Amino acid sequence: MADEPLILGIETSCDETGVGIVRGHTLLADALASSVDEHARFGGVVPEVASRAHLEAIVPTMDRALRAAGVTLADIDAIAVTSGPGLAGALLVGVAAAKGYALAAEKPVYGVNHLAAHVAVDTLEHGPLPAPAIAMLVSGGHSSLLRVDDLARGVTPLGATIDDAAGEAFDKVARLLGLPFPGGPYIDREARAGDPASIAFPRGLTAAKDLVAHRYDFSFSGLKTAVARWVEGRRRAGEPVPVADVAAAFQEAVCDVLTGKALAACREHGIDTLVIGGGVAANSRLRAMAGQRAQRYGIRVRTPRPGLCTDNGAMVAALGAHLVAAGVRPSRLDLPADSALPLTTVSV
Amino acid sequence: MLARAGGVWPGGAGGRLGWLTVLVLVVDSSTPAVTAALAEVTADGVALRAHRCTVDARAHGELLAPQVEAVLADVDARPADLGAIVAGLGPGPFTGLRVGLVTAATMGQVLGIPTYGVCSLDGIGHPGPTGGTAVGERRVLVAADARRKEVYWAVYDGDGRRIVGPEVDAPAVAAARARELAVTEAVGDGAHRYVDVLGLPLRAEPRYPDAATLVALAAARVRAGAPGETLTPLYLRRPDAVAATSRKSVLP
Ligand SMILES: [Zn+2]
Repeated sequence: MADEPLILGIETSCDETGVGIVRGHTLLADALASSVDEHARFGGVVPEVASRAHLEAIVPTMDRALRAAGVTLADIDAIAVTSGPGLAGALLVGVAAAKGYALAAEKPVYGVNHLAAHVAVDTLEHGPLPAPAIAMLVSGGHSSLLRVDDLARGVTPLGATIDDAAGEAFDKVARLLGLPFPGGPYIDREARAGDPASIAFPRGLTAAKDLVAHRYDFSFSGLKTAVARWVEGRRRAGEPVPVADVAAAFQEAVCDVLTGKALAACREHGIDTLVIGGGVAANSRLRAMAGQRAQRYGIRVRTPRPGLCTDNGAMVAALGAHLVAAGVRPSRLDLPADSALPLTTVSV
Repeated sequence: MLARAGGVWPGGAGGRLGWLTVLVLVVDSSTPAVTAALAEVTADGVALRAHRCTVDARAHGELLAPQVEAVLADVDARPADLGAIVAGLGPGPFTGLRVGLVTAATMGQVLGIPTYGVCSLDGIGHPGPTGGTAVGERRVLVAADARRKEVYWAVYDGDGRRIVGPEVDAPAVAAARARELAVTEAVGDGAHRYVDVLGLPLRAEPRYPDAATLVALAAARVRAGAPGETLTPLYLRRPDAVAATSRKSVLP
C-alpha cells in the first residue's frame, strides 16, 4: 500500500554492510557489501578490518539500495539503524552514517536492536507476527530464545548460550575438519553425504539437572570439545577422518538441542508460533528438523529465506517500519552505539 | 537565514559577478576534540560563522551530529544551504576518526555536494587563514596523541607547509627526527602530553585541529568547484589482527 511508511534500514553490527528499504511489509531493496573474505584468513571476524570496510562500503551500498528501490532519500519517511548489540567500532560507523543521512535529509532516525530486527525481518515474507510468539535467534554472535509479546515495546529473554554461540561452534568444527570460514554452509554441505547417527555427540544442557537451572539456555563448548577429541583420536590412530559423518553428527546434535528447547518453550508458554532467525537459521537440517518436530505439536514455524536470516539492512528496515506503524518515537541525534544493548530495549 | 544556496553565484543564474559565497560545513573527529563548524568561503576570504567543539575522547559518535545540527541552527541555515563539506582525514585513533568521515560522506551524498579532505595535523601546524600564528622561519613539530604511547606527528616550515609526515612513532623517535629537521617548537595535544620527552618549547595553541584553518586549506578547491573526493582516513597503522593457525587443536 502506497500510504504505508517508506523505511530505510542500515546494518553494520558485524562484517556485513547492509542497506534495506521497505514499504510496510514489502521489501523494495536489500543491498549488501560483505567483508567476510577479508576475515577468512584469520578464522574469525577482525573488528578493525570490519569497521574499515563499513566506512568504505556505506555510501556505495546506499546508492545501490536507492537505485534498486527506485526512490531517493527525500522520499524516505524514517531511517532505522542497528545501534546494538554488536562490535562497537562497526556499530559506530552505521550509527554515524544513519545520523548523517537523517541530518542532511531532515528525517527521523531510529536506533534499533539487532536481535529484534532478526525477528522483524520475517514479517517481510510471512506478514504481521502473531503475538505472543517464541523467537530463536542463532548466529555466529548470538544464540537466544525469546518471548515476543509486542515487538515494538520489548521482548522477554528466556535463555541464551552460556558459552559459544551456535554459529561459533560451526566455525570451530569447520576449522577442525579443514573446512573454510564461515563454517556453517560448508558443514551443511558436507553433512548431506554423512550419517548423523554414526557418532553420538553430547547434547549440552539437556540433562535433568540442567533442565532445572538452564531450561532454555544453550551450551556448545562441550560439544565442540567432544568433536575435537573424537577427530584427534582418529588422527592419532592414523585413521582417516570421515568428514561427512562428523559434520552430520555434529550438526544433528546442535539442531537437536536448538529445536528441542525452542519447541519446549512454545509448549510450556502455550504459544503456537516459533520464529527462527540469524545466520544458523539458514542451515537446512535445522529448518527441516524444526518443521517436522513442530508439526507434532501443532506449532507453526516461521523462518525467513536464507538470504534474510543472515545480517542485512532489510531486517533493520522491517523493524523500523514496525516501530513507525506502532507510533514509537524516534531516537535523539545523540543516540549512542551500544555493543551490549540489552534485548529488553527494542529502540533507543 | 543564509539564503544563498551553496555555490550559486549571487545576482542571477549565470551571472559572473567575480565573487561567490559558499557555506561550508567542516568536521574533525581525529583527536579528543569533536569539532563541527560552518564557514563562509568567499573569493577573498574565509569567515567562520558558527563553531562547536567538545573535548571528549569517548563520545565522538554521540557528540558530532548534534553539533552539526547546532551550528546550522546558529546561523539559521538548513542542510540544503551547504555548498561543500571539509573533513579532517586524521591521522587519529580509528574509531573516533571514522565518525567525522562517515558523517561528512553521508551528508555529502544526500546533498549532492563535494566533500574535501584535509590532513588534520595541518589544522594544527598551519598558521591559519589570518596567518596570526605564523612565526617566520621557525619550524614546528605537530604531535597528536596516538595512544599506545605513540604520537601522530608532522613537521611544518614557517609558512605552514608540511615538510615531513604525517607519521606515527614513539615520542622519542619524533623528537629525534624533529632535532634533525631543526625544529624549534612543538604544538598539539600530543606535544602537551609528551613535552618532557620532546624537549622542545611548547606553543600552547592550537591544541586540536583548528576549524577555520581546515576550511582555509580547502578553500581553493571550494572556490574552484573542484570535484569532491572520497574521504580516505589516514590510519597510518595496520589493523590489529592475528591470523589463526590452521587446524589448531581446540582440546583444553
Ligand atoms: Zn545477527
